Amino acid sequence: MSDQNKSLDPRIARLELPQGESIVKPDEYWGTFEVFLQEKRGKFHQHVGSVHAPEQEMALVFAKEQYARRGKCVNMWVVKTTDIFAFQLADEDMFATTPDKQHREAGMYKVRDRIQEYQNRQK
Amino acid sequence: MYGGGFLPEENPKKQTETVAEDPALLADFQARIDRGEKIEPHDWMPAMYRKQLIRMIEQHAHSEIIGALPEGTWITRAPGFRRKMALIAKVQDEIGHGHLLYTAAETLGKPREQMINDLLSGKSKYSNVFNYPAITWADVTVIGFLIDAAAIVNQLANSKGSYGPYCRALERICAEEAFHLKQGHDAFVYLATGTPQQHEMLQAAVNRWYKPIIHFFGPSDKESVHSEQLMRWKVKMASNDDMRNQFLDMYVPKVREVGIDFPDPNLKKDPETGKWNFSDPDWDEFYEVINGNGPCNAERLAVRKWAEQKGRWVRQALATPYTKSTVPLA
Ligand SMILES: [Fe+2]
Ligand SMILES: [Fe+2]
Repeated sequence: MSDQNKSLDPRIARLELPQGESIVKPDEYWGTFEVFLQEKRGKFHQHVGSVHAPEQEMALVFAKEQYARRGKCVNMWVVKTTDIFAFQLADEDMFATTPDKQHREAGMYKVRDRIQEYQNRQK
Repeated sequence: MYGGGFLPEENPKKQTETVAEDPALLADFQARIDRGEKIEPHDWMPAMYRKQLIRMIEQHAHSEIIGALPEGTWITRAPGFRRKMALIAKVQDEIGHGHLLYTAAETLGKPREQMINDLLSGKSKYSNVFNYPAITWADVTVIGFLIDAAAIVNQLANSKGSYGPYCRALERICAEEAFHLKQGHDAFVYLATGTPQQHEMLQAAVNRWYKPIIHFFGPSDKESVHSEQLMRWKVKMASNDDMRNQFLDMYVPKVREVGIDFPDPNLKKDPETGKWNFSDPDWDEFYEVINGNGPCNAERLAVRKWAEQKGRWVRQALATPYTKSTVPLA
């Protein structure tokens, strides 16, 4: 940088700032890992997001920095994004009738009235 | 079903506004948004929607990273242990925000490294406000309180948008921003209610930051057709003027209650319209700075390039034969 552009910041002024191009080369691209966080013992690990990393150990380090800076955490998992196999969201209608399946719910089974009626009949 | 993640389209840039979208798909897409449902990465979406979101989220990510630079260099000079700890935590959050946002943008098919390269080459922009210097500790205080406050107005609006990954990132970001705002307000009030010199120093910093703050939300976009379409798609959630007005409503009183004021005699709320009036903030300067001619544009990019070059050996040491770009799941 020219002198007139010299930084007001002493720390920056001491750096030898580069001239010209600076790019990340294609062979330096990183993949992504999905991050799962367990808030406390006894709870499930929950998906909280993803991180960019060159390999799994670094992914775990980044996951800790990114997703466990605050709040509770006892454990984390990272899984390579490409190792996750999932339904397509476009097929979500295959789940659409699930809430209608009342025969699978405890609330569907009510016999109190019938018992009452039976007991009245016995009198 | 799919395995191996989403495969980005060959060249998302090739898609331009002239792409004719299937009207039936377009209607379904709009209906889903109107019902308040979120769009997820693998859903069909108009090319324009994808393009605008990539641009917007990417620039938002760059703003977090570049925005951490003026504050980051103040860590060693922050007055006292408590302020130093708060600033370290805030700066780390901002870098984290950048990463969360890059991840959200990546789900749309543009690799993160490409976004970083577009930042480094100057092709991709970031918020103008970070092209101004933080000359004194009071400037850092103004950034921490008022610039973060302005960013929160914007981010809260966007967190109600239609794109799932962006909303999720913003929810997390907004939770952390609450701390940024509080620690900024704390530092601001501390200087304002301190010695006459501290008060004066803060007022001088507020004077320096007034124009950039008014610029922050961008020029009026009320009549833009483009912006109307983006609002229908819930990519843009509020007009620039509305967000600026909301910011002034919330924060002018908080500045004035400690005896500080913005250096503009015309900054007044019209009691009839509920709108704040202010002097012309010199939009020519705004465009000058966007085009690279602000006081710190060159320095910010040079520092970011320095980080890239000095970090190269680390990236190379970590490189594995398995490393290759992938798209995050959601
Ligand atoms: Fe942030
Ligand atoms: Fe912030």
